[in-house]
Amino acid sequence: MDLSVYQKRKRKNWLGLGFSLITMLIGLFALFWILYVLFAKGFSAFDLNFFTKNTPGAGTPGGGLLNAIVGSTLIVFTSTFVSTPIGILAGIYLSEYGNENKIAGATRFVVDIMLSAPSIVVGLFIYAIYVNQVKHFSGLAGAMALSLIAIPVVVKTTDNILRLIPNTLRESAYALGAPKWKVSTTVILKAGRSGVITGILLSIARVSGETAPLIFTALNSQFFSLDMNNPISNLPVVIYQFAMSAYDNWIHLAWGGALLITLIVLTLNVLSRTFFGEKYDL
Amino acid sequence: MNENLSLNLLDVKEEISNNIKKNKVLDFYFHKLTLGFASLVFIILAAIIISLFIYAWPSLKQFGLGFFFSSEWDVVNNKFGALIPIYGTLVTSIIAILIALPISFGIALFLTEMCPAFLKKPLGIAIELLAAIPSIIYGMFGLFVFAPIYAKYIQPFLAASLGKIPVIGALFSGSMNGIGILCAGIILAFMIIPFIASIMRDVFEIVPKVLKESAYGMGGTTWEVVTKIVLPYTKTGVLGGIMLGLGRALGETMAVTFVIGNAVSLDPSLFAPGSSITSVLANQFGEAEPGLHFSSLFAIGLMLFVITFIVLMVAKVLIAQVEKKQGVKS
Repeated sequence: MDLSVYQKRKRKNWLGLGFSLITMLIGLFALFWILYVLFAKGFSAFDLNFFTKNTPGAGTPGGGLLNAIVGSTLIVFTSTFVSTPIGILAGIYLSEYGNENKIAGATRFVVDIMLSAPSIVVGLFIYAIYVNQVKHFSGLAGAMALSLIAIPVVVKTTDNILRLIPNTLRESAYALGAPKWKVSTTVILKAGRSGVITGILLSIARVSGETAPLIFTALNSQFFSLDMNNPISNLPVVIYQFAMSAYDNWIHLAWGGALLITLIVLTLNVLSRTFFGEKYDL
Repeated sequence: MNENLSLNLLDVKEEISNNIKKNKVLDFYFHKLTLGFASLVFIILAAIIISLFIYAWPSLKQFGLGFFFSSEWDVVNNKFGALIPIYGTLVTSIIAILIALPISFGIALFLTEMCPAFLKKPLGIAIELLAAIPSIIYGMFGLFVFAPIYAKYIQPFLAASLGKIPVIGALFSGSMNGIGILCAGIILAFMIIPFIASIMRDVFEIVPKVLKESAYGMGGTTWEVVTKIVLPYTKTGVLGGIMLGLGRALGETMAVTFVIGNAVSLDPSLFAPGSSITSVLANQFGEAEPGLHFSSLFAIGLMLFVITFIVLMVAKVLIAQVEKKQGVKS
């Protein structure tokens, strides 16, 4: 019996599986390499000044990112405040009214595409319809752009979660005479609460690192400001400007900001996936 | 006594019917309200296309179809053509797909066929976290960490190997200073790996167990089962995953802007710096004066949106087909 053909197949199998193992290691290596670099270069920037001083001028030593951290928090908070109710209500429509209906099908389709649409175009859009009309950049415009990016995330998770809730729950509530609006908001939404919160957390994670749409909308400011109607400092744009600059101090601060953003984004992701993801397979 | 009771009953009856009426009205408005917010998605989509088109119109009118084929991007003389950014966007995305595809396939294969069950979840999350890292971080990492290593080791190696081959050698020649089109493509590849890998993993899981077990039962090796049973069964879904990755790569901004070099010139070498649609937007939008320059930036933005929209639409349709198959078979 000729065994060489078996050996050949076996060798091919080992090669293939070895290749698969190597690619997995490459993926993990990339993740840990990026994290390692962020910690190595950014962690030393974390001191008291980093969180209590404003961004320094060009070439001046010291300073921190206080205005950028506060500005980013304001922008992200405002955007979440806008996108959450819109996203949840649209998600309720899809899951509660949209079982076999064409509008819902088309909405799901468009939402899926908007999830991956280029964020820079959203920035252009807000510039065209808002910034260019009022003739000045503002934190508000930045929040609008970010909420457009967040809405599809919230719609999709809300829809997915609410559809997982068993129909018997709806039927029991109807049998007690509850009207649909009450069933949807106080029974179904409540049952899927933790999943919906996960969606909101994921949408915050998604928008906190977005840079491109903010360049055309919130712009930047080197001063501390709480005025959302004017250009406002924010972490991603500060990181972009500082990292592209020629000043060591700025670049150092940029690494600190990069580490901070990544820690926030990854923590939100891991939290929502491990705590709530189990239940809903997110 | 009897009179009182009947009066009370009437009251209750009226209250109930009022309540029902009220809830019918509330139900009506609740339906319309949620429908309104769901329709908002279409309104936003239409508004994006229309508003970008209005702003892009002066440039499109001035240059006509030639806008998409002219390589002239001359801010001083107000002459604009989108060929260079289009070239940069397409080439970086294609490089990214070529690199990301085999790696994503390997990862999906590992996660579905080789991985011990207890590692499946953490490893899957680890790969998905690659997608969660903000694009600006990839940009900084690419510029400060990867580009120097790439210039020192990878570029000389490529120039000495692939660069020696006639015809395609021209792609791997020229100065080796790190940043450039190929570098942007490599960074992009790592950004889209998680998207392609997770779609592949999901469609691989859909393959009916019976099919795989029959193949194993006939003595097939894991590699044979994957390449001859799983892949053919899921090829539409895999293609959908590739398209999804492509859509992501086309619209990526910050990572590309950091490492592509931002030179508005057309150079056959992949080592040379170039521009993509997104990097031109990020770099020039701030200083563009109202007029043709401004309008041309909107024109390339509109084109980017339309192209990615079509690519993502195809991706979605392909993936949906495989998911439907699952519904029928299982």
